[in-house]
Amino acid sequence: MKRVYVNEKWCLGCHLCEYQCAFAGTNGKDMARSLKNIKINPKIKIEEKDGVSFAVSCRHCHEPLCVKGCITGAFSVSGGVITIDHNRCVSCYTCILSCPYGAISPSDDGAVQKCELCVKTIKGTPACVEGCPNGAIVFEERG
Amino acid sequence: MKYVIIGNSAAGIGAVEGIRQVDGKGEITLISNEPYHTYSRPLISYLLLGKVTEEKMKYRSDDFYEKNKVRFLHATATGVDAKEKQVVLDGGERIPFDKLLVATGSSAFVPPFEGLDSVKDKFTFMCLDDAQNLDKALGKDKRVLIIGAGLIGLKCAEGILKKVANITVIDLAPRILSSILNDEGAGIVQRHLERKGIKFRPSCGVKSFNGNTAVLDDDEKIGFDILVLAVGVRPNTALLNGIAKIERGIVVNEKSETSAPDIYAAGDCTQTVDVSSGQNKIMALLPNAYMQGESAGFSMAGSEKSFAKAIPMNAIGFFGLHVITAGNYTGDVYSKTAGNDYKRLFYSDNKLNGYILIGDVEKAGIYTSLIRERTPLDKIDFALVCEKPGLMAFTKEERAAKLS
Repeated sequence: MKRVYVNEKWCLGCHLCEYQCAFAGTNGKDMARSLKNIKINPKIKIEEKDGVSFAVSCRHCHEPLCVKGCITGAFSVSGGVITIDHNRCVSCYTCILSCPYGAISPSDDGAVQKCELCVKTIKGTPACVEGCPNGAIVFEERG
Repeated sequence: MKYVIIGNSAAGIGAVEGIRQVDGKGEITLISNEPYHTYSRPLISYLLLGKVTEEKMKYRSDDFYEKNKVRFLHATATGVDAKEKQVVLDGGERIPFDKLLVATGSSAFVPPFEGLDSVKDKFTFMCLDDAQNLDKALGKDKRVLIIGAGLIGLKCAEGILKKVANITVIDLAPRILSSILNDEGAGIVQRHLERKGIKFRPSCGVKSFNGNTAVLDDDEKIGFDILVLAVGVRPNTALLNGIAKIERGIVVNEKSETSAPDIYAAGDCTQTVDVSSGQNKIMALLPNAYMQGESAGFSMAGSEKSFAKAIPMNAIGFFGLHVITAGNYTGDVYSKTAGNDYKRLFYSDNKLNGYILIGDVEKAGIYTSLIRERTPLDKIDFALVCEKPGLMAFTKEERAAKLS
């Protein structure tokens, strides 16, 4: 399956991916209008230190500890994509305890959130990839 | 191939999903002593809190059994005939198996308190029936006494606080959540719960009960209307008495095999090796139960998926305060306390042994992974990861391997 991969060599640390992610989540048409006065809570997050930066989002693991450990069954895997049923999440944070990438975080609707490869957005393809100005985030089949 | 699974919770369901990844055809019979569709036991406190409904407690979708071609049998397994390879049910019926999984979980331990029989409204808090029975007894004028300030007792307290007059929690241990927190951490959580209105009596035992009165060790008397017994749990191992090796729990290897041929066990009824300490223990935790059950399913179907990285770990929250802990608390300590956020990391011999996070639990899984994988701390920027968990603490090559 196609996954999001990052190459820190090309990451500018511009945080645009975070804004694209937050914007995709709103399903709005205009980024400035959709994100105005909003403190964004993206599912992809930049880590940066001493001139090094890179984006981290869900790896959609083959052996997903979040899915296996979920106490409610809110996580599921379909076609390799791991998604969360927000209605069934009780925010116990067992997934935050489990994820070795730190890629799961609390959302604004009382559930947890993580990258779902934009499968639930209008566009259907990862917004962070399209919005990266330097090709540091790609959506590829790498086996 | 005839697979029989005793147990309908995380380990049993994990086994079904494990078997079906390997064998799409074999017959699976799942025996449950509860009449319900598989549900998440930890959600019973959320049910009383009104945060979930019974429908939303379902651990898997409505078509789970059908989709996985599982024959669901509501019955109680009373014995295992290892020689004839049959499970004996309460009605006398015998269910033949080629491969058997015992995923019978654990039961509430009720100490033999003097006078307990004289208490009318007393409950344990392990399963859906317990929650429903307790719920029926609740009322705005009811005083609740909970024996046991562990995960079960305190989640119960959170679930029912708004529905009763008051709650007192007593425990023999000097601190609450004594199995997962240190003194300081327990103090933070206790003060938070006290602000919500729950009263605590640590280092305190019950001598006897007399109707609606509990007599404490120091002869003080506490009146109550509802008693919840949450002292602890015991693994349900009886089915394999004399058949497989049992210590504190059923002894299994990393393939979930018991000492008896073709009989496997997984979940709360087993004991496994905690890789953070190397000790054999019972880790009655849902994520471990699922993964061990899945591993058992693979083994039963002739494949292999090792379950060898178990550690104690808990994510729990009370009224919005989140607590995540893992591993064991030995070795040197990294401490950070900032406002309401509390962090302690425990390490020795170049390995992270355990951690306690209260409040800010962001990226806790980075720490969990360092414990599970026994990552040598000199191969990462440990000072950085202590301060701020993240992939930045790994070498450039490690990061590339993880992200590309």
